Amino acid sequence: MTKMNMLQAINNALDTAMAEDERVLCFGEDVGVFGGVFRATSNLQQKYGKARCFNTPLVEQGIIGFANGLAAQGSVPVAEIQFADYIFPAFDQIVNESAKFRYRSGNLFNVGGLTIRAPYGGGIAGGLYHSQSPEAYFAHTPGLKIVVPRNPHQAKGLLLGAIHDSNPTLFFEPKRLYRASVGEVPDEDYRLPLGEAEVLKEGTDVTLLGWGAQMEVIEKAVEAAEKDGISCEVIDLRTILPWDVETVANSVFKTGRLVVTHEAPLTGGFAGEIAATIQERCFLYLESPIARVTGMDTPFPLVLEKEHLPNHLKVYEAIRASVEF
Amino acid sequence: MTTTKSKVVYSPVFTDGAEFRIPTFKLLKQDGKLYKSAKAPDLDKDKALRIYRAMVTTRILDERMLAAQRQGRLSFYMQCTGEEAAVIGSAAALDDGDMIMAQYREQGALAYRGFTIDEFMNQLFGNEMDYGKGRQMPVHYGSSKLNYMTISSPLATQIPQAAGYAYGQKLRGEGLCTITYFGEGAASEGDFHAALNMAAVHRVPVIFLCRNNGYAISTPAAEQFAADGVAPRAYGYKMDVIRVDGNDILAMYQATQEARKLAVEHNRPVLIEAMSYRLAAHSSSDDPSGYRSKDEEAVWREKDPILRMRLWLESKKWWSEDDEKQLQENMRREVLETMKRAQKRPPPPLETLVSDVYDEVPPALAEQFDKLKAHIRRYPDEYPKSAEHAKGGA
Repeated sequence: MTKMNMLQAINNALDTAMAEDERVLCFGEDVGVFGGVFRATSNLQQKYGKARCFNTPLVEQGIIGFANGLAAQGSVPVAEIQFADYIFPAFDQIVNESAKFRYRSGNLFNVGGLTIRAPYGGGIAGGLYHSQSPEAYFAHTPGLKIVVPRNPHQAKGLLLGAIHDSNPTLFFEPKRLYRASVGEVPDEDYRLPLGEAEVLKEGTDVTLLGWGAQMEVIEKAVEAAEKDGISCEVIDLRTILPWDVETVANSVFKTGRLVVTHEAPLTGGFAGEIAATIQERCFLYLESPIARVTGMDTPFPLVLEKEHLPNHLKVYEAIRASVEF
Repeated sequence: MTTTKSKVVYSPVFTDGAEFRIPTFKLLKQDGKLYKSAKAPDLDKDKALRIYRAMVTTRILDERMLAAQRQGRLSFYMQCTGEEAAVIGSAAALDDGDMIMAQYREQGALAYRGFTIDEFMNQLFGNEMDYGKGRQMPVHYGSSKLNYMTISSPLATQIPQAAGYAYGQKLRGEGLCTITYFGEGAASEGDFHAALNMAAVHRVPVIFLCRNNGYAISTPAAEQFAADGVAPRAYGYKMDVIRVDGNDILAMYQATQEARKLAVEHNRPVLIEAMSYRLAAHSSSDDPSGYRSKDEEAVWREKDPILRMRLWLESKKWWSEDDEKQLQENMRREVLETMKRAQKRPPPPLETLVSDVYDEVPPALAEQFDKLKAHIRRYPDEYPKSAEHAKGGA
């Protein structure tokens, strides 16, 4: 075990994967000697050479197109998109190509070795173009997996899980937490399963569900709610696609209430998908409407970030409203 | 640090690159004779005949399948007519282990590699023997056995993928390369520019082969780009480039042979611009009479690449009238027979609706599938293709 922040854990995961398998490659804008804008790939070029860890020209569709080809060839590319906001130039390569490679070829070819890493989310005074959470756009695309870690331990285990998963995976990293705190991270290779939510805390009155940086917000809200005598069950979804319906439904059977929170805007956000599925599964068990606490239906602001974001106070209010309905 | 070593001037000087005129490489005249001072590449009789048979096969397949589409037996088709030399001449210059990442009109390359008429038909009719499991439109072929990447409909997406694939080949030290085909219209997409730039920067063993066939559906090349074709763009990326008469089988073969050497032995990506003409419509849904003249087509019909090669083969005494007659008859018969067989084969099983989306069917999708099967069991007459497959299960 070593104390690491999330960036160090991600770097350690990449290092672990590259040391074990020479087919693993890391590339993207500034990823080489500089180590990426956030330094997630620090020292990898020095260690594994320019052929396996390299800078690409500034062209997201090229990075992902190139990565698709590499993955189809049998390599294990881990492509970095500098900010999740800049993933959209590569949208076609991800949605039409990565996601459909296996299906359209009848499994003659696949890009299952592909992992795309991208820092997402707000809270860093990044404004419109350095704060978005684009998971819902990709959640509408069968064939992809979408993973979001909440802390250093999860980041290493889930990233190694993604790299070794046989499906193309988007790995969205909560950049606000990159250096926010440290935690114990095992030094060896360990892989957390994709597609499984984790129950962080058991409770009886209401289920809180989120992912990534929102888990910290939930934790604070739950602290406040428990002072009011409300017993909260907390679940980290971890994988947005395909998501773990069972774990969430089982929790709601018990608590009868669900609050889902994410940073992305409300309309068409992934909380809507969760709410629809859970009301279908748990209709007769629900004691109150499923609540969504999300970013507003606006572009991400610069100065009024705190107001825009679904913070612990908004989540706390939703918990109260759900219990008192 | 800049990589530009530029002379300094003290008054504004604009240039538009018009001084770069890229020559066209040709060897074979339309009468089957070599140009004076041209030398035929090293191409033995067996290989020459393998190429020729693939060209004729492709032409006959195209004619018959377009007719089948017109008769309503097939939903869609795309012909290679007029571009057989560009596609097959280049494919023949490769190692059979090299990867081909085509756009959609390159069935000739697949025919050259040995894809059988039966295999073509199974894809065209999307039956249970289609490798793609009946998921894609006709002509979206693929074969892992023959190193032919399954076609994807979105235009130009395969170009950066080819660069990535070839980079992987280089890292493996396989001594292989990747060729990717696209039209001059697709070369306008961002993917093309991304791919050339990345391949040049990372010294990737890839051959970019642009079939400049004059039209992107109805848009003539003159409305596609202002420059002297696609080839000059290679200069911007510092990439080797050659322009070839795309209807000249010998020139296409030799140019690709040399390009492959540059790619595999020197890790230099190469752009080949094959100047040709799409004699047929873009697809069976297109009608070229709406945007170009019969006279224009007639000029190109006289440059038929298959006839040109046949005359060359005959001049070498490698081919005769009888050989031609026999090949034509056999091929026509085979196409018709296999078409009938393919049409009769059952559709892919219902399970193929949910398989291959992921490596394993995720629980939510399995649940949707069970619901679908139960629904089909309630209305078996409404789902004649899959009622049998829906039996059993939840």
